[in-house]
Amino acid sequence: MFEDLSSKIESAVQTLKGQSRITDVNIAETVREIRRALLDADVNLDVAREFTNNIKEKVMGSGVLTSVNPGQQFTKIVYDEMVQILGETRSDIAVANTPPTVILIAGLQGSGKTTFSGKLARYLKTENNRNPILAAADVYRPAAINQLKTLADDIGVPVYSIEQKDPVRVAREAVSMAKSLALDTVIIDTAGRMHVDEQMMNEVAEIKKAVNPHEILFVVDAMTGQDAVNTAKAFNETIDFDGVVLTKMDGDTRGGAALSIRSVVEKPIKFMSTGEKLDALSPFYPDRLAQRILGMGDVVSLVEKA
Amino acid sequence: EKSRDGLLNKIGKSIAGKNTVDAETLDDLEDALISSDVGVKTTIEIIDRIEARVARDKFITQNELQQILREEIADLLKENRPEQPAEFDADFQHKPHVVMVVGVNGVGKTTTIGKLAHLYKNAGKLVVLGAADTFRAAAVDQLTIWGERAGVPIVQQGQNADPAAVAFDTVAAAKSRGADVALVDTAGRLHNKKSLMEELGKIKRVMGKVTDGAPHEILLVLDASTGQNAMQQAKAFTEVVDVTGLVLTKLDGTAKGGIVIGISNELSVPVKYIGVGEKIEDLQIFDRVAFVNALFGSDE
Ligand SMILES: Nc1nc2c(ncn2[C@@H]2O[C@H](COP(=O)(O)OP(=O)(O)OP(=O)(O)O)[C@@H](O)[C@H]2O)c(=O)[nH]1
Ligand SMILES: Nc1nc2c(ncn2[C@@H]2O[C@H](COP(=O)(O)OP(=O)(O)OP(=O)(O)O)[C@@H](O)[C@H]2O)c(=O)[nH]1
Ligand SMILES: [Mg+2]
Ligand SMILES: [Mg+2]
Repeated sequence: MFEDLSSKIESAVQTLKGQSRITDVNIAETVREIRRALLDADVNLDVAREFTNNIKEKVMGSGVLTSVNPGQQFTKIVYDEMVQILGETRSDIAVANTPPTVILIAGLQGSGKTTFSGKLARYLKTENNRNPILAAADVYRPAAINQLKTLADDIGVPVYSIEQKDPVRVAREAVSMAKSLALDTVIIDTAGRMHVDEQMMNEVAEIKKAVNPHEILFVVDAMTGQDAVNTAKAFNETIDFDGVVLTKMDGDTRGGAALSIRSVVEKPIKFMSTGEKLDALSPFYPDRLAQRILGMGDVVSLVEKA
Repeated sequence: EKSRDGLLNKIGKSIAGKNTVDAETLDDLEDALISSDVGVKTTIEIIDRIEARVARDKFITQNELQQILREEIADLLKENRPEQPAEFDADFQHKPHVVMVVGVNGVGKTTTIGKLAHLYKNAGKLVVLGAADTFRAAAVDQLTIWGERAGVPIVQQGQNADPAAVAFDTVAAAKSRGADVALVDTAGRLHNKKSLMEELGKIKRVMGKVTDGAPHEILLVLDASTGQNAMQQAKAFTEVVDVTGLVLTKLDGTAKGGIVIGISNELSVPVKYIGVGEKIEDLQIFDRVAFVNALFGSDE
């Protein structure tokens, strides 16, 4: 469906050959192509606008047109800018000086929080030799606790849950439980909530207040569209999260929401979820995502040449 | 958001006494549509249609332009098929009327089934649920709870059972019990996973062996917060199981779900229901006019 953006840039720049410099007028078509590719990839409209303006500025004074491969140079500028915005590769999670480390997981409904909670527990256990406990603080969704227990059983990690519909208490007691069992990590799975649901947003703020998490992760579906900035902003204002988890990256979405979120709330993307199975988790690779957003399959070799 | 509120008014004003819409207004319209996830392609199509109408109808009034805009967008949203009415008390040609619910992970399939069961039951229909998501952790438990909430029975074979066998059983049970409606849940699957999509085709086919033409309806559930990828989803699911209707969930947030306009138009499939919350009563029959108004930030 998408044409390779780099070839679009290439041909747009070809028409500029012979011009000695880039002007607002002769660059307009290329900038429009880039903007459209970003919008097709679900980058937020305002973010796309800002991005293309930055590109324009960078390209104007760069002598791209007179270089040997103007198209490739141009593409490289676009790609580099995007990788830079997306941030560095990282999957670090805060570690408490005095255990247990408390990690709070939050996000919209169905984004993949519970699955990620299980994945993170597995990851910390197998990769970092940690001993986590999962806290079932989603007391609303039908069978949410059973879902978490099923995942936890698979990886041999305990779950703390109670009968009462009191998520703050679940979180607090899970931390006490971890202390008494000498477990070093508590991962709190919370209910999905809409950023406009005041009561539910207050609730997650209460959970945060009660347990003072060392790490708060915001879980986002990679298929999210224009609204990603609204939800990320609202969650960030309420819980000031430390990092973002992008889920369902095993699909064929371009994943432009990640660029929007990075631009609007300057928090690192820490993990990518790439499947329903518990081992389908990886650190976040900004270069791969940039290529994906731009639809540039072969950009790596291209950029190396440039 | 404020800037969008007055958009329809602004658009109206901008053409008073002219036979074209000025570029600035069209830019504003474009921004509003893109911000609602309508997508570049469909947005261009809508703008072209508006320009063509304005050029043809000439010197229309403000109110007329607003009306035209609404009409042109609503026009892209397809009507329900007569044999698949959205009303819950409608008569069906088949007994049981079998509805299969499909979609990618986490969009709201199981919840929608719970809500549909409730509405059908309130309308006096005898309903049976089928737990053919045997894969997702505790999916059967989740549907069981929805069955209890709605007060309708569920057919299940536990986790990890063969989903096609559960679907077969559900339709057979619905038939032998004289149920009016069977609602079959399926596991969420990403549309680019070939084997999972083939499995869905098999689940569908097996139901036709129990009763003629089943499933009579295949609802594709789309999350309103999903962006342009929803088009890929709709195409892939339609190809494999011939989707007959869309359900747009999670419209209780700030996402507008504009992508359904292009999907409905390109694939000729109606939007039947919208989800507006997590409670059992939070499902509504889709209303084109209300949807188009919401796109421009006004809720009336
Ligand atoms: N394909 C794929 N599916 C995923 C991924 N992460 C989660 N899922 C699926 O997405 C659906 C929702 O995941 P959950 O973990 O239940 O999401 P949640 O955020 O806890 O949902 P709520 O608690 O209802 O808000 C399930 O079907 C998961 O199996 C992923 O990375 N890839
Ligand atoms: N706010 C809101 N939440 C909804 C709506 N519909 C479903 N949900 C929530 O979205 C989450 C996922 O819903 P499910 O019904 O489990 O989704 P699913 O498509 O069956 O998920 P999988 O079976 O894992 O693929 C749950 O937390 C639901 O409560 C809606 O219209 N509005
Ligand atoms: Mg959950
Ligand atoms: Mg389900």
